[in-house]
Amino acid sequence: MTTGRETILGNIRKSLNRGPLSAERAAGPEHRLKAAKPNLVPARGAVEGAERVALFIAEAEKVDTTVSRVAAAAEVPGVVAAYLAAHDLPTALKAAPDPALADIPWSRQSTLAVRQGGPEGGDEVGVTGALAGIAETGTLMLVSGPHSPTTLNFLPDTHIAVLTTGAIDGTYEEAWARLRAAGSEGPEGAFMPRTVNLITGPSRTADIEQTLLLGAHGPRRLLIVIIDDQGP
Amino acid sequence: MESTSRTFEDNARKALIDADLRRALTKLGHGFPVKRRMAVERLPEFEGLRDAARAIKEDVLENLDFYLERFEERVVEQGGQVHWCVDAAEANQAVLAICQEAGARTVTKSKSMIGEEIAINEHLEANGITPVETDLGEYIIQLRGEPPSHIIAPAIHLSMDQVTETFRQCHDGLAADRELSEPRDLLEEARAILRQKFLAADVGITGANMLIAETGSVAVVTNEGNADLTMTLPRVHVVIASLEKVVPTLEDATTILRVLARSATGQETSVYTTFASGPRRPGDSDGPEEFHVVLLDNGRGAMLGGDFHDVLRCIRCGACLNHCPVYGTIGGHAYGWVYSGPIGAVLSPGLIGLEEAGHLPNASTLCGKCEEVCPMRIPLPKMLRHWRTRQFDRDLVPPASRAALKGWAFLAKRPALYRAATGLAMRLLGALGRRRGAFRRMPLAGGWTAARDLPAPEGATFMAQWSRRKGARP
Ligand code: SF4
Repeated sequence: MTTGRETILGNIRKSLNRGPLSAERAAGPEHRLKAAKPNLVPARGAVEGAERVALFIAEAEKVDTTVSRVAAAAEVPGVVAAYLAAHDLPTALKAAPDPALADIPWSRQSTLAVRQGGPEGGDEVGVTGALAGIAETGTLMLVSGPHSPTTLNFLPDTHIAVLTTGAIDGTYEEAWARLRAAGSEGPEGAFMPRTVNLITGPSRTADIEQTLLLGAHGPRRLLIVIIDDQGP
Repeated sequence: MESTSRTFEDNARKALIDADLRRALTKLGHGFPVKRRMAVERLPEFEGLRDAARAIKEDVLENLDFYLERFEERVVEQGGQVHWCVDAAEANQAVLAICQEAGARTVTKSKSMIGEEIAINEHLEANGITPVETDLGEYIIQLRGEPPSHIIAPAIHLSMDQVTETFRQCHDGLAADRELSEPRDLLEEARAILRQKFLAADVGITGANMLIAETGSVAVVTNEGNADLTMTLPRVHVVIASLEKVVPTLEDATTILRVLARSATGQETSVYTTFASGPRRPGDSDGPEEFHVVLLDNGRGAMLGGDFHDVLRCIRCGACLNHCPVYGTIGGHAYGWVYSGPIGAVLSPGLIGLEEAGHLPNASTLCGKCEEVCPMRIPLPKMLRHWRTRQFDRDLVPPASRAALKGWAFLAKRPALYRAATGLAMRLLGALGRRRGAFRRMPLAGGWTAARDLPAPEGATFMAQWSRRKGARP
């Protein structure tokens, strides 16, 4: 019996008037996969340093993200507490057990109650790290792993992501390069975490009479705290 | 879903007198196209990106078997499974088998056009499994038992009052006098109900915007975040995707994403773009334990290299609908099946037959706007013409139109006779209509004059005027 797989591949080859690709003809697509390279990249993201951070912030703010900039990890609890107070939000946080967040001295802010782990029912505020920021569109790149549960990016009403200036890339292509480098020990193609979330602003819908509303199924609001790690 | 494309003319007539629909379509016409233009103007490289996106898909189609096999290899390496399905029945069966294996009772779903194409919800329901749509628009139309009326905005045809009415009817156990007068009230109610469904579901079914051959990943784009909850919370994640969704690399996916949201909603990018690769890994505290990709052909492989090859580049952005004067006048339901607008008029005859969907390729003025805005540069008008030709060749054109076309062809092949005949007709109509400047009625053109006047010709054909003026040029 022929399997669906054989039938489908057979149909494709018949339409293309050929059999399976010869080794010689497969060299092109093979190379394309092995040496993944950027196509046309918009110039917008081709900025460096302070300008890049400024672009990231401007693009993020355009899509209703709130951005705060601090000089050191020690200032994060204060900024978070102020944000929660300003929005009348609960002060109990669930933070990802991410080593990137380890430097944040939560205990200095006595009004905050911070627990570590993945989300459980009822967590209203989640704090996560991010592998990268992408200035081009004000986007965060978050990856899943033992220290970064994906559900924490989606279940709590408020998502707070902490990022250093050094993690902000200009373009998507740079962020992919960062991701490839982070997982370069594995075999080809295996650098990919189970889940990569590109997040640009809080969740939204316009399905009722095309009225834009924030807070569809994911977070209602997104705060990004950027820690300066490049000096003044 | 059962098609009603055969009664397109009636469907369209009904759409024209539906006041809610008229309001919704007017709003649509002022919304997406304007936002798209602004997004395009902000990105100088947009035209170049369209070329690049088209080139990526052309490479994919040329090597489709290779990329699909590679995609499968990667999925399997990561502990997932690919189910190759020749047609809708096989795909439905594959999804059902996975759900039954998992002992599933409820299944959450994020919007998938392939899901609509194979009518997976009906199949699951018939077998005792409850599918719950989670995209807000899709949820609303599921409650109402309607098909989507737009590829990316499935409930675009509904007014808020209609949604309110639906929620009052369908959401049992809530206070009858609760406040539901603002879109926000409706969203909050749906969010609360669906949050419970997300947490309770045994299986989550999503579509895919792309499949990445390099990494065996599935790329899914939403603004609501519903696909993410659908794929992360249940024990099993099932992806349903058609085979032309594969792209080589993450960089290639990025190029296509850059034109997708801008063409669709005019956003720079959608809120959530997620790349999911296989099931939960050691140490992960969340994520599905099983990962399945149900890969659907349904006639697509056979389209390669033929008249409709180019349509396989489609990324379902909806731009051709948003800019189509016909869609903008009658909305999506009149098309009678899953896909509407120009892309629907090209796809449906191939998927459900020309006998069934033959009206659709004729429901176009061939104005060319769809091709102009299509990010993948798909020559939609050309393909509508291919269908019309096939209809003629297969004797599916009504006798009156056939005779008229034959008569016209006879004249068109004899330029001298054509000029003489049209010249005479113009002079005659010009003289008859001089007094009013237009005709209220015209034999053989009742369809035209039923709703508007036919302007009277000024007395000479274009060709005649042209040759006169050319002589007069300096
Ligand atoms: S045909 Fe083009 S414009 Fe229409 S949905 Fe497909 S990609 Fe978008």
